[in-house]
Amino acid sequence: MTAVDALVAVERVDVAFARGGPALQGVTLRVAAGELVSVVGPSGCGKSTLLRVVAGLIPPSAGTVAVADRAAAIAMVFQQPALLPWRTVLRNVALPLELDGVRGPEGRARAAAMLAQVGLAAFADAYPAELSGGMRMRAAVARALVTRPRLLLMDEPFAAADEITRQRLHEELLGLRAAVGFTTLFVTHNVFEAVFLADRVVVLSARPGRVTAEVAVPLGRPRPPEVRGDAAFARLVGEVARALRAGGA
Amino acid sequence: MSGLRDIGPPLAVLGLAALLWHAAVVVFALPPYVLPPPAAVAAEAWRHAGELGAASALTGAAALAGLAASVVGGVLVAFVFAQSRLLARSLYPYAIFLQTVPIVAVAPLIILWFGTGFGSVVVVAFIVGVFPVIAGATAGFTSVERDLVDLFRVHGATRWQVFWKLRLPHAVPQLVTAAEVSGGLAVVGAIMGEVFAGYGAGARGLGYLVVVTAGQLKTAYLFAVVLAATGLGLVVFGALRLTGDAVCARWRDVA
Repeated sequence: MTAVDALVAVERVDVAFARGGPALQGVTLRVAAGELVSVVGPSGCGKSTLLRVVAGLIPPSAGTVAVADRAAAIAMVFQQPALLPWRTVLRNVALPLELDGVRGPEGRARAAAMLAQVGLAAFADAYPAELSGGMRMRAAVARALVTRPRLLLMDEPFAAADEITRQRLHEELLGLRAAVGFTTLFVTHNVFEAVFLADRVVVLSARPGRVTAEVAVPLGRPRPPEVRGDAAFARLVGEVARALRAGGA
Repeated sequence: MSGLRDIGPPLAVLGLAALLWHAAVVVFALPPYVLPPPAAVAAEAWRHAGELGAASALTGAAALAGLAASVVGGVLVAFVFAQSRLLARSLYPYAIFLQTVPIVAVAPLIILWFGTGFGSVVVVAFIVGVFPVIAGATAGFTSVERDLVDLFRVHGATRWQVFWKLRLPHAVPQLVTAAEVSGGLAVVGAIMGEVFAGYGAGARGLGYLVVVTAGQLKTAYLFAVVLAATGLGLVVFGALRLTGDAVCARWRDVA
């Protein structure tokens, strides 16, 4: 894939903070349209910074970041659900539409449809405080997808969930991806999660983050939950884990 | 609230205090202009109930006007502070000035600029009450989690949308707390205002009654005025607390 074909093209990007020093060093990363790429790295390696650079929230100190069609919507899911506690679940999901100037019945209808798609139709009028952790995260994903983004950036979104909820959320995310269709850059420190979700795993070193390895994940789609028990899955997890250790994790 | 269980203990303390008070008057044979017995205070309060009620209403109106001005003014100032850190750093010391300025010292200026009467009383209530709102609203506007601000930025929100849909609603709990503090202060401020820049014989607020009864050594009546002032403060605070609880019911934080 050349930089031109890619939906996301991060080229030799450095990020250095005035306080805290260099966070990323010479990172090159391309994501093709429709691809799901996981980025794994040890805590503090600059994974979140990389997402924030791609989202346009912080400028790179050097290098370039190009997102084809930035106007056609990027959405982001954070480590915390980041729902507004004073809004109902439906109005939380409708927020990005509202910011885009889509309001009233149309906004509500689109938000309700997205909520139904993540299985929260019955909780449209509930407040976030009334939901379980897993339901809040589903609402956050619905909010991200409501604008039909081409690119979904996910920053360790399931790190706080328990293992059973996390696995269910993985399967739901893959289901949504098949149904809705979006390109995903998924940041995590969980090797199993990275491999299960991705077409390709990019491994970052300890801070300042550099790309130390790329592991293709030829596991096929749709990817049933049982894949987690396969020998091929275990081999890939082992390969990513070795790359992580080699990078100073 | 669970009725008697909440009210019982403070009432018992009140009864005990009245008992000790009465005992002190008897034991030390204090003259009534130094310390009238509680029964005399109650009798005076009863005898002047109409006047005390009218005075409380006038003072309460001034306090509420001062509180309203504090909330509006404080939120506007905090809005400016929230726009840039430099602006906030440059202006905050002058906001603290409002907190520390002795009202006695500026009272002559206030009378000079606003004359004596209701307007000046409201101005004093405002000066005394506005700082907690500035501080609370500024904290509320600027303590929004980074993820939430990023969420708005990713979706291309304007500065105005970030303020209106995020910072302002996010600040509501702090604003409610600030209004509670400010409401109590505004009552005190209104009474101070009446003492320094008060009314003539026509319009009598609690501050006016304090000055007159103290001047005439009507100590039992003065005590009754103090009780009325305390009651007014409690009513304002209680009303704000109940409204605030209702408003904040939805603001329960999400982990």
